[in-house]
Amino acid sequence: MTENINPYLPDLATIIKVIEETPNIKSYQVIFNDPEKMKTFFYEPGQVGQLSVFGVGESTFVINSPPTRMDYLQFSVMRVGEVTSVIHELHEGDQIGVRAPLGNWFPYEEMKGKKILFIGGGIGLAPLRTLILFMLDNRADYDDITILYGSRTPPDLCYKDDLKEWESRSDVNLILTVDTEYPGWDKRTGFVPTVLNEIAPSPDDTIAITCGPPIMIKFVLQNLAKLNFKDENIITTLEARMKCGIGICGRCNIGSKYICKDGPVFSLAQLKEYQAEI
Amino acid sequence: MADTGFVQKEKLNDFLNELSKDAVVYAPCLEGDTVIFKTFSPNATLCLDRPANNPPKLAVFPQSETLFSFKYKKDAEDPRKMSVELDANTDFPRAVIFGARPCDAKGFRIYDRVYIDTNTPDPYYKGRREKTIIVTLCCSAPSPGCFCVAVGGGPAHREGSDVLITQLEKGYFIESVTDKGKAILKVPQIEDGAPYAEEAHKKQLGSHDLVKNPFGENGQPKISRSLFDLDEFWENMVGKCLSCGACTYLCPTCYCFNITDEQALENGERMRSWDGCMFPHFTLEGSGHNPRPTKFKRFKNRVGHKFLYYPEKYNGAIACCGCGRCIRYCPVSVDISEIVSYLRGSKFEFTNVPPENMEIDTNSQEQK
Repeated sequence: MTENINPYLPDLATIIKVIEETPNIKSYQVIFNDPEKMKTFFYEPGQVGQLSVFGVGESTFVINSPPTRMDYLQFSVMRVGEVTSVIHELHEGDQIGVRAPLGNWFPYEEMKGKKILFIGGGIGLAPLRTLILFMLDNRADYDDITILYGSRTPPDLCYKDDLKEWESRSDVNLILTVDTEYPGWDKRTGFVPTVLNEIAPSPDDTIAITCGPPIMIKFVLQNLAKLNFKDENIITTLEARMKCGIGICGRCNIGSKYICKDGPVFSLAQLKEYQAEI
Repeated sequence: MADTGFVQKEKLNDFLNELSKDAVVYAPCLEGDTVIFKTFSPNATLCLDRPANNPPKLAVFPQSETLFSFKYKKDAEDPRKMSVELDANTDFPRAVIFGARPCDAKGFRIYDRVYIDTNTPDPYYKGRREKTIIVTLCCSAPSPGCFCVAVGGGPAHREGSDVLITQLEKGYFIESVTDKGKAILKVPQIEDGAPYAEEAHKKQLGSHDLVKNPFGENGQPKISRSLFDLDEFWENMVGKCLSCGACTYLCPTCYCFNITDEQALENGERMRSWDGCMFPHFTLEGSGHNPRPTKFKRFKNRVGHKFLYYPEKYNGAIACCGCGRCIRYCPVSVDISEIVSYLRGSKFEFTNVPPENMEIDTNSQEQK
């Protein structure tokens, strides 16, 4: 890993495209202003970055484009607080600061040859998207790929182009759900953890990877346990308020582990070992 | 062997003025009844007879500092387009901390492991630390709340110090602890220390037994995880805590910080400022979710960090130097040494169970 001399100093980048994913989520494709940096930049699927709007502040987002597609880095931003509201005002051509890559990544080597079950909710599909695209770009390395994804309503589903493509592929099993009936929606309805129970995937030789709102993760983990998934075969990626991104500032710790540095990717076995409250 | 020297009592101010010629000198000075570490100047009143109210951490880790400045520039051709320039300064002046106590000096070692001994060293802390000489005054008597001996320190402990000084009848015996500290002995006010060495070492040894050890014996406190994870324990211990955060700001080892931006027109700065895990908003997320929504969870994190999590990461080292400031200055007298003594196995009885929902965080949507 390359060592940045000043870990607090962002690299300057330019927004090349803004995509409206949902009424409150936009994706930003950015490239570093320094072409050399863009050429040599290296990261692993699941690693995160801090986006800066100078004068407003920084927030942490996963790099949701895979390292197998290095034309740009994509971040998806839900409008929630101060920084994200200002990011939502940015346009193509605007400048942004990027501190990346930070944190650990999905253990994709250990997943080779296994069946993969993705379980996502809302914006929680962002980190899964990185790994899904990475796996599709290395499709032969993995067995069956199942994606269970849900959101509150159909307009709240992220990455609609990706969903369309995954739905059309014969080597991906995509299951979509929304919380309740919605005009024009002819697919499943129900919360993600409930639908997980309905489809009842076999735990045999399968790795489950989940990300979504904390309440969804909580019940997905419980239901995976009921389906006899082993703790070490359940992977999640966490989020917390972060400032430094390098394991110092004291916000995102679970016991002695920092989500920004030791995470964000943890197995359920690890989280139990750290006595995390989930 | 350590090099030694001696400075007469009446020459101490001259000695500090001499040091101030090519370094910023931080020293404990009187402000009313309060002893405050601040930049020493000839008209300041030095006060060495009791530990300063605040630790000297501000000399290396300022309460607020600039990480970098930024400047927006309009494109001459297309005024809707803006470019940004960033500028970071990590070059700092030489500094001397004079009159730190052994606990204060040990506090810097606790910082060092996090800020320097890592694969992403903090250039601001490291830059200042490397240019700072820490001159530590041995304690002749403990203050109320002091418990340095319980966490591996002591009134003449050397860890973290570059120079150790001992107050004697006629003046101050000075000995270098590190090579960096030897520079102090070259100042003209320093005379031969050899005649005073024996008296000084006797004095250093004498004060050790005066410090209380609430953990019962010397050595590393071991925390009982079962009590530590019991919500009722924290409710009993810190029901009275006001979440004011004084303990964190006065702690020589508390190193949490916030990062914020300040901007006026096209110029601005990204700032780093002290923050504390006792504040409800510290971990409050944009969504309203707060992983540490109650003061019990926050206090558990503070004690856990110092006595459990930090030792787990750093080979058993405790992130508390036993200075006692958080005990002396807590407005409601929460005593961390008492809490840890229970966690270490002192008999604990639940007497004070607070009513439910007594938490009064207005910033948090998730109540206990």
